[in-house]
Amino acid sequence: MTGNVMIVGVGGQGSLLASKLLGKLLLNEGFDVKVSEVHGMSQRGGSVVTYVRYGEKVYSPIIDKGEADFIVAFEQLEAARYLGYLKTDGRVVTNTQKIDPMPVITGAMPYPEDLIGKMQAKGFAVDALDCLALAEQAGSAKAVNIVLMGRLSKYFDIAREKWEKAMEECVPEKFLELNKRAFALGRQ
Amino acid sequence: MAELMLGNKALARGLFEAGCSVVSSYPGTPSTEVTEEAAKYDEIYCEWAPNEKVAMEVAFGACLAGKRSFCGMKHVGLNVAADPLFTCSYTGVNAGMVICVADDAGMHSSQNEQDSRHHAIASKIPMLEPSDSAEACEFTKKAFELSEEFDTPVIIKMCTRVAHSQSIVQTGERIVPPVKQYEKNIAKYVMMPGNAIRRHPFVEERMKKLAVYAEDCGFNRVEMGDTAIGIITSSTSYQYAKEVFGEKACILKLGMVHPLPERLILDFAAKVDKLVILEELDPIIENHCRALGLTVTGKDVFPITGEFSQSLVAQKLGVKLPQAKSLDEQLPNRPPVMCAGCPHRGLFYTLAKQKCTVLGDIGCYTLGAVAPLSAMDMTLCMGASISAVHGFNKALGTQSEGRTVAVIGDSTFMHSGMTGLANIAYNQSNSTVVILDNSITGMTGHQQNPTTGYNIKGDPAGKIDLEALCRAMGFSRIKVVDPYDLAECERVLKEELAVAEPSVIISRRPCVLLKYVKCEKPVVVAQDKCKGCKACMRLGCPAISIREGRAAIDATLCVGCGVCAQLCKFGAFGEV
Repeated sequence: MTGNVMIVGVGGQGSLLASKLLGKLLLNEGFDVKVSEVHGMSQRGGSVVTYVRYGEKVYSPIIDKGEADFIVAFEQLEAARYLGYLKTDGRVVTNTQKIDPMPVITGAMPYPEDLIGKMQAKGFAVDALDCLALAEQAGSAKAVNIVLMGRLSKYFDIAREKWEKAMEECVPEKFLELNKRAFALGRQ
Repeated sequence: MAELMLGNKALARGLFEAGCSVVSSYPGTPSTEVTEEAAKYDEIYCEWAPNEKVAMEVAFGACLAGKRSFCGMKHVGLNVAADPLFTCSYTGVNAGMVICVADDAGMHSSQNEQDSRHHAIASKIPMLEPSDSAEACEFTKKAFELSEEFDTPVIIKMCTRVAHSQSIVQTGERIVPPVKQYEKNIAKYVMMPGNAIRRHPFVEERMKKLAVYAEDCGFNRVEMGDTAIGIITSSTSYQYAKEVFGEKACILKLGMVHPLPERLILDFAAKVDKLVILEELDPIIENHCRALGLTVTGKDVFPITGEFSQSLVAQKLGVKLPQAKSLDEQLPNRPPVMCAGCPHRGLFYTLAKQKCTVLGDIGCYTLGAVAPLSAMDMTLCMGASISAVHGFNKALGTQSEGRTVAVIGDSTFMHSGMTGLANIAYNQSNSTVVILDNSITGMTGHQQNPTTGYNIKGDPAGKIDLEALCRAMGFSRIKVVDPYDLAECERVLKEELAVAEPSVIISRRPCVLLKYVKCEKPVVVAQDKCKGCKACMRLGCPAISIREGRAAIDATLCVGCGVCAQLCKFGAFGEV
């Protein structure tokens, strides 16, 4: 069986580090791994998706509708946008932060209300937390990505030390303590 | 050692291991990281060339001199480099020369989704197509051997999903082959008619030999499974086929997509009940099979546009899809936008306010076309803004001259805007050209270019002076404005549109995402002063929104550029 994690958010939010960490962790665990990223035009404040797939042998680099075990969302509207990719028994791990997209900024559409409540009402398993506040508590608003990884780690049967080892391998030394704090706050 | 690598990084690893010595490229999504990663190896000389044609000619010169060389580009870049491409097919190589072209089916970051295999066919150059990072590395190394064995450049075709996916690569050592001594050979390397006439039959003969080679080469392989269905495929489509069918289908995986084998395909077809061709974009393998007299399922079922996926393959071939559900309401979409504090915004606001006809170009600033600015009328290809404004004004004369501009970025100007500007200077149209100089190649992720003063490694390099260049071409009106100063932008724009001679406006301010650019404190809105008139909303700045009838600033995005404050008649925007 292939495990599928989708990381979604707004271009510039730091999803590449999250997928790098996850990829490194799963590689260390001995899995075949594929990570598919977005570069270029779409990155400029647009909706971005990263796919992380792992298993004994992984073929496709992308995750398709109804295939994701987890949607890890940096922003709640983005969590809602990609729900169709989730398995029926999959789980959403989302930051509660809201970032207005251009149609909301220009007043063409409202930002949808109570998305997390609506997701739960529809039967989705949603784990929502204020990652921005936790990241700031850890020492930097930029650590939202690691707070989310900390929360995701609760659902993986992989020892915490191994997550920290993967972090040591892909985070610069001077930011390591900050990121470990962010990870711990997310995992709480 | 096993490492998780981006396809582009793996290709660069292949360059390193193959002993490649010279790399020259122009950035373009999804190809850019190949050259950025290659530049991290001190053993390889790497550079950003002003455009793909120059890059390919540099690579050709280096292979002629006797060292293995490479150039990389996106699909539309290969159009720019098509001139040297078609003729270096005739000359062949001395040391190996490899060209990477990265296609963008689905147009994640491109203006079209042309299929680069047509270039390989038309230029009669072999093309390899890896399906993951491991193959990107391995094929690159073998491409150099193929290049030297058959005396031909070799093209490696990537696509967005292979270029920008990480998968596992086993790395090896760098082996540098001995330099192939350059020997003067006019008949081979001087392509004037008398010599080219003799080289063309060589090219045709080479294609025949390559077609024989394709039958048994290591790039193509058959994976037998259930013979009810046989799939001929390549690249990422192979991965989708395996994802859906696993061992439940026979697969002929093509790693060499030009020339295509005949016997291999006929033998494979004879072993299966139903033959399916799985290829993104154009029906090239399909047409080859049909020409061999085979009955196939191809573009009659699969789309000719966009990317494939495992669901698409499953659905079209009658395999059950997994269940999925969504929320019932329509969600606002999130298109890419110019960043908060983007220097282009002030200039585009001015162009929109003056109701200018704007002939645009390729770069971040193409986003000037997006609402609410909507300040662009045309985007075609690199450099077209300047040539097209000249044509537009030649057609309409005084009807358009006072209200039409070309906008082009600094890197795009160096790529292919200069020749258009020479045309304006030479054939004298009363055109206004705005060079958006943000001191970097922005869209592809901050690559240096000839106007920035730094090379690919970030070391000081030659720096072209845009003003002096325009002056040398004969422009006497060259104005520099700060796009954060709206009043100045408007004054200069009106002035230059009004005069009866060609002019260049350089809108100069570095990209706000550059590390050395120091951001100001976020602005704050005085709630008692804001009347909710929404004048600031006309900027389309992602940091400004309306909350409870008043403007609100997202302090995590705002860089304090202060452009919004210049639009507020009530002085509601201020510093903390």
